Amino acid sequence: MAAKLKSWRELPIGGVVPGGATPELNKTGSWRSQRPVWDEEKCIQCLQCWMHCPDDSIGIKDQKMTGMDFDHCKGCGVCAGICPVDAIEMVPEGGAECAK
Amino acid sequence: MRKVMTGHKAVAEAMRQIEPDVVAVYPITPQSEIAEYYADYVHNGRVRTELVPVESEHSAMSACVGAAAAGGRVMTATASQGLALMVEILYIASSMRLPIVMALANRALSGPINIHCDHSDAYLARDAGAVQIFTESAQEAYDYTLIAQRLAERKGVSLPVIVNLDGFTLTHSVQVVEPLKDEVAKRFVGTYTPNYPLLDVEHPSTWGPFAMPDYYFELKRAQVAGMEAVPEAFLEIQKAYEEETGRKYQGYFEPYRLEDAERALVVMGSTAGTAKVVVDKLRDAGEKVGLLKMWMYRPFPYAAVAEALAGVKQVAVLDRALSFGAYGALYTDLAAAFVHRDQAPALVNYIYGLGGRDTTPEQLTQVFEEMSSVKPDQGLHYIGLRE
Repeated sequence: MAAKLKSWRELPIGGVVPGGATPELNKTGSWRSQRPVWDEEKCIQCLQCWMHCPDDSIGIKDQKMTGMDFDHCKGCGVCAGICPVDAIEMVPEGGAECAK
Repeated sequence: MRKVMTGHKAVAEAMRQIEPDVVAVYPITPQSEIAEYYADYVHNGRVRTELVPVESEHSAMSACVGAAAAGGRVMTATASQGLALMVEILYIASSMRLPIVMALANRALSGPINIHCDHSDAYLARDAGAVQIFTESAQEAYDYTLIAQRLAERKGVSLPVIVNLDGFTLTHSVQVVEPLKDEVAKRFVGTYTPNYPLLDVEHPSTWGPFAMPDYYFELKRAQVAGMEAVPEAFLEIQKAYEEETGRKYQGYFEPYRLEDAERALVVMGSTAGTAKVVVDKLRDAGEKVGLLKMWMYRPFPYAAVAEALAGVKQVAVLDRALSFGAYGALYTDLAAAFVHRDQAPALVNYIYGLGGRDTTPEQLTQVFEEMSSVKPDQGLHYIGLRE
């Protein structure tokens, strides 16, 4: 993280970040105080959590939910709130076991 | 061809010729007819602009920011309270270096609520990072709308530009205006190539990211560079306008009979027209008087103004808005222009025309007459106020 800070002359006009890769470069999951724990047994694969996640942190493969991206999940709890079968539970960060 | 039209129509005509990709606008007196004329052009198929009839000016400027970041050529127009609502997003537009061009039909800010002209709205947006141009007539409002578009989109400038025209006095009064032929106006404005268009999905970019104390300062300094690029670009584009159209606008301001003047007024907007009549009359009577009418207000051309007024003995600076607890904003700029110069006129600050109060030739004649006996640093003086 000891990258050399740029002078104002080196910055792209308007503070734009060309390449647009900021989510991949910035792992913001450390902001989380609550962690969603997914119960795969209860999950009916309706993908409501995937549709509603504001941070694109629900993993999906072959149209099936595969778990959370904890590098970026900020623990907002929207997935737990929207889940129709209570397959996602919010627990305090640090005291939980990672589901996957 | 010379035509008879309101300032509204003159600005709308310039917008029609520019034919931006997006116009997001919310109607407010005394700007509404600009929006109405433009809606008419859109719905009659005269332009291919996407007109976004938003629910507020906050949304208007937000839609402009989105459309401009997407890569579009974008325009809007507002006045007074509308601008106040836009200002939050206007700061963001300028920091994102989006060349949004906006007509501002100058109107007094509430309260008390009022719909008539003063410059309190323009002063509110003074520090928002937009270039500001003031105009004296519907013709100037038309010409400077075209000039503003090219200035805003100039690489290195890339900033929002506000073209001020006095509410009612210019927007609603019918004047003689000579618009350019469409092809001439379109050739002058040219095409626009955005820096990092969001719709260019082959080259994705992140816009408006969060900046911490380690970068915010540098990003703001980089924004200053945009303003620093304006003065040179302003003169070049004026010259290009003259070459394309034969219309001569030369300089950051219009000096009117300033050569050998001993007393002068500094004003912005339509009152310059009244002042010219007064200057002519006093000159006919052998009095050495003149006028400096600002076009480019932000960035403020400190050195050029100081040089133009260096030989003048007394200067009255007319502000059409209050800056409570301080001198008028234009006066403060004039004072700053002279602060390190040996040769400086005595400056006096007049507040005039608030909330649409008429300023008459008789009143400006009186300002010239009393100017020499008014001591500097006596605070604010008021024109046409009942004591």
